[in-house]
Amino acid sequence: MNVAKTLDATGLACPMPIVKTKKAIKDIETGEVLEVQATDQGAKSDLAAWTKSSGHELIDTDESSDVLKFWIKKGE
Amino acid sequence: MSEERKKTNIILFSGDYDKAMAAYIIANGAAAYDHDVTIFHTFWGLNALRKDDKMLVDNKSTIEKLFGRMMPRGAKRMGISKMNFGGFGQKMIKDVMKKHNAMPVEDLIEMAQEQDIQLIACTMTMDLLGLKKEELIDDIVYGGVAAYIGEGEDGAINLFI
Repeated sequence: MNVAKTLDATGLACPMPIVKTKKAIKDIETGEVLEVQATDQGAKSDLAAWTKSSGHELIDTDESSDVLKFWIKKGE
Repeated sequence: MSEERKKTNIILFSGDYDKAMAAYIIANGAAAYDHDVTIFHTFWGLNALRKDDKMLVDNKSTIEKLFGRMMPRGAKRMGISKMNFGGFGQKMIKDVMKKHNAMPVEDLIEMAQEQDIQLIACTMTMDLLGLKKEELIDDIVYGGVAAYIGEGEDGAINLFI
């Protein structure tokens, strides 16, 4: 996967992963992918809901290690 | 994202640290959702907006001075709503928050201002509690019930905390 930007949100608690993700996605172009790394266990449903509402797409997640990884494709 | 921006409006009535924390976490989350967010501070919630430093303000009655001294100056000094035990509970919560990397309320307020969340101070209750504009943090809006209704009438989320 072609990742345009990676956001390290590990160690951060709610609401910071989502606040930082919102800031980070501004820095990439439509169609590009943002990788978000987080340790907050709520991040999964938070990011899923947020991408759905804000027009982006959560294309993949990796929960196999302590650091959760999410790939978000920027929408219009 | 093309449709009109949604609105989240929160009335912060409580002067409890934990309740203010909930209010400000929701507010910051909503701002990340691109909502226009307003927090309307009334009664004890106004204390979250107080400046840290002690200040002498002219033209205060004895009762107003007393209120000023008895109420916490800023979120940092607010107690928690349960098990506060004279401030000990608040210290415990703060320790735990640090351990879990949760942001203190004072930082959440700063973050809210960075995210252009509108902070409104209710002027009627400011008068009741004797709080003056110079005692509150900068870049806030002063208003009354109409200011809240104006935002709240088309709010997607309206909360009273």
